[in-house]
Amino acid sequence: MAHLSLKINGKAHAVDADPECPLLYVLRDNAGLNNPRFGCGLGQCGACTVLVNQVPTRSCVLPVSRAVGKDIVTLEGLGTPEHPHPVQTAFIEEQAFQCGYCLNGWVLAAKALLDRHPHPSDEQTKSAFEGLVCRCGSHVQIAAAVKRAAGMKRSA
Amino acid sequence: MATTSRRAFFKTSGGILIGFSLSDSGIVPQLVPQLVAADTAATPAPGRLDAWLRIGKDETIRVFTGKVDIGMGVQTVLIQVVAEELDVAPGRIQLTMGDTAATPDQGGVGGSTSISAGAKPLRNAAATARLLMLQLASARLGVPPEQLAVNNGIVSVQADASKSVSYGALAGGDGLTEALRVSGGGFAINVEGKGKPKDPASYTIVGQSLPRVDLPPKILGRATYSTDVRVPGMLHGRVIRPAGAGAKFVSVDESSVKAIPGYRQTVVKGDFVGVVAETEWGAIRAAKELKVNWSSPAASFPQDIYQHMRLSKPRVTRELTKQGDAAAAFAAAAKKVEASYEWPFQAHATMGPGCAVADVRTDGLTTIWTGAQKPHALQKGLAQMLRVPEDRVRVVWVEAAGSYGRAGDEDVAADAALLSQALGKPVRVQWSRADMTAWGGKGPAAIVDLAAALDGQGAVTALEMTSRAFSGTEIIPQANTPGNMLAAQLIGLPNTNPGDEYVQWAGSTYPYTFRNVHAVGHIMAPLYVSSSPMRTTHLRDPNGPAGTFAAESFMDELAFAAGADPIEFRLRYTEDARAKAVLKAAAERAGWDQRPAPKRSGSGRGVALALRGGTYVATIAEVDVDRRSGAVRVKRLVCAHDCGLIVNPNALRGTIQANLIQSLSRALKEEVTFDQTHVTSVDWNSYPVARWPDVPQVEVVLLNHPEIAPSGAGEPSSRPTAAAINNAIFDATGARIRRAPLTAARVKAALG
Repeated sequence: MAHLSLKINGKAHAVDADPECPLLYVLRDNAGLNNPRFGCGLGQCGACTVLVNQVPTRSCVLPVSRAVGKDIVTLEGLGTPEHPHPVQTAFIEEQAFQCGYCLNGWVLAAKALLDRHPHPSDEQTKSAFEGLVCRCGSHVQIAAAVKRAAGMKRSA
Repeated sequence: MATTSRRAFFKTSGGILIGFSLSDSGIVPQLVPQLVAADTAATPAPGRLDAWLRIGKDETIRVFTGKVDIGMGVQTVLIQVVAEELDVAPGRIQLTMGDTAATPDQGGVGGSTSISAGAKPLRNAAATARLLMLQLASARLGVPPEQLAVNNGIVSVQADASKSVSYGALAGGDGLTEALRVSGGGFAINVEGKGKPKDPASYTIVGQSLPRVDLPPKILGRATYSTDVRVPGMLHGRVIRPAGAGAKFVSVDESSVKAIPGYRQTVVKGDFVGVVAETEWGAIRAAKELKVNWSSPAASFPQDIYQHMRLSKPRVTRELTKQGDAAAAFAAAAKKVEASYEWPFQAHATMGPGCAVADVRTDGLTTIWTGAQKPHALQKGLAQMLRVPEDRVRVVWVEAAGSYGRAGDEDVAADAALLSQALGKPVRVQWSRADMTAWGGKGPAAIVDLAAALDGQGAVTALEMTSRAFSGTEIIPQANTPGNMLAAQLIGLPNTNPGDEYVQWAGSTYPYTFRNVHAVGHIMAPLYVSSSPMRTTHLRDPNGPAGTFAAESFMDELAFAAGADPIEFRLRYTEDARAKAVLKAAAERAGWDQRPAPKRSGSGRGVALALRGGTYVATIAEVDVDRRSGAVRVKRLVCAHDCGLIVNPNALRGTIQANLIQSLSRALKEEVTFDQTHVTSVDWNSYPVARWPDVPQVEVVLLNHPEIAPSGAGEPSSRPTAAAINNAIFDATGARIRRAPLTAARVKAALG
């Protein structure tokens, strides 16, 4: 066990954890956050996505020791109910998702995609999303939400 | 009685921490009522209005339903139905779902019945509550009920709006004790009281695209899933499954994990092995590192499953359909067309592997938090497995990843319950990806042999179908017996009520009017008798995609034999106006070019029609096929859908769109693989599903029939997709594929 200091959603958190423990379990079980979700533990689906220094990262395969000193943002930290992130607003307005268990991956990947490419090409979108799974098949609404979010950025 | 105990329930000293959210002030617990020792966990009897609906002095309106929401927005739709009858704004209704101690038993979720059947008692209860409100207001305000109006729960005198009284003031507290007539049971349970539901023509809330109430909290990261339930003193468990089907536990070396920080205990009961630790990561490590000796697996799964099915003696056989005289028609036929279709085992592969928290107290008082679709059934099965009285077991449904039938939430609840019982502490178990994909129940493999007799003009005079399949329910979806669950089988309890579920012609109901039809179904013996990773159970639209893949691909073969356009050919054989309407609506939206298939241009279009539980679906697929690789790219899916009255068009559209993608995934990619003793499709790489590059343009045409009671929408649009794609591949290439999934290798082989 090691005493580690993490910066999560803009705040410092001191945790005692096995340095090899994936960040996912530290965020869920030590920091009490719900949103990075366990999907596979293998980095294959994206349900556990968080932003680490702005980059969508599979927290289920990232040892917590490698997240020390970095800026970790979970879905809870992206926006608040009073001030949602524009990407969240777009997903809400498009009624994206069925069960929503996968949505950390999609919302955070969409946020990172639009930060880099405010008007992403099909190829850029594919590259951002092809590593994600949505088992319910909500891709049509997800695509609409990304389009809406890009449009909101344009008009902003 | 039920009401008394339920009231005691909510009047509790403590609360259970379910979920956290980080706010500026730190971690804020959310509380749900906690069972205290003096209470029973008996389920409310349905024959009283306040079992379904309560109005508080503070104007809160609480509605209780045994239905749950498996990710399709049912909670929003049920709220709309109640709000409509009650004349209140939907936002005022708080819905409690699937809590065995607080909600009547409605059989849980299944069969796309949540709206068609599940909404009925809620609608009737709400109509009766509204009538009672009017009667109470009439006495209070001194005018007859017909001179009163209701607006958002305020009853006022039509001629003098200053005279008014609220629902809360009228009924607040204990007002709604009216008796209701109960009929039916399970999905079909209904209650009726004095109040008559409204005429659909007057609806103002039903029929509107009310935004789904569950989505904003989810997208904002504020929702609580079953995975997020945390209770004081909770430990983390993981299970270790046998080393192959039929392997028996021999010994365990606990020293292999004792050094893991937080490790607490290894639990062995028969062939059930689990570990418990103080942290989730500790439990995961212990499950991975625990040295367990198992006997050699006893199962020997056949390596050519379809050959096995053809050569083995069926366990049971039944004549499924006999109308007219098919044998005579075949004897007189000018031509006979025959084909055999094969559908593989498929996995639920739910996004979130099953998760449950169990708190089995030493005095037997038990609470289980689970995402299981049928909580009241699970209450019975767990009580028997744990050997505690049923009214001491409370099962609380908490939203989970989409389950699509019987994904594993029930089985993992049994895992958690056994571990909690062994330690006398609350234990949370979440399955690994392999626990889910390899060891979860499977949708069954099926072979469907079809033959048609044609006369000299190519008209179909008779059809014969023979299906050979594993039962759709080696494990029935109601977990109401102890041996129903994997953990229970591992501790030696037999599965006492397996079901015989046949693959039927077109999935049991079909829209065609063939005069002479003969159908026979065979059910194969399970591949292994107990605790098998290949045990079969309900997977979304049980047997529908398999039967419809066969029947609707075969309809295309018959259209080809007749030299007819596939849609025009189908229209020849149906007199059902709704079937015709969905075919025509899909054709119109797709811009269908009327001609016989195949065109053999490398691009093609195909259609399939399906009927399920009163819902009509026609789907048209457009594909490109790469002749060199065999790869199929579905470019577009157009689906026309008629499920009677539409309660919430936007939520319906979302569910159908998702259904189309998921069924495309099953058509193109999904197949459980296995060697002699193990399932070898264990994760997202070995059990691939559709991803972003596979997603076509999707268009849904909704046909609304307010005059027809709503039928289901959760499953019907799963049904025709595979056949529509397959028929499009035929149009594009002239090659007919008869085995799913329609992989590149299979298409390439068929192209020769």
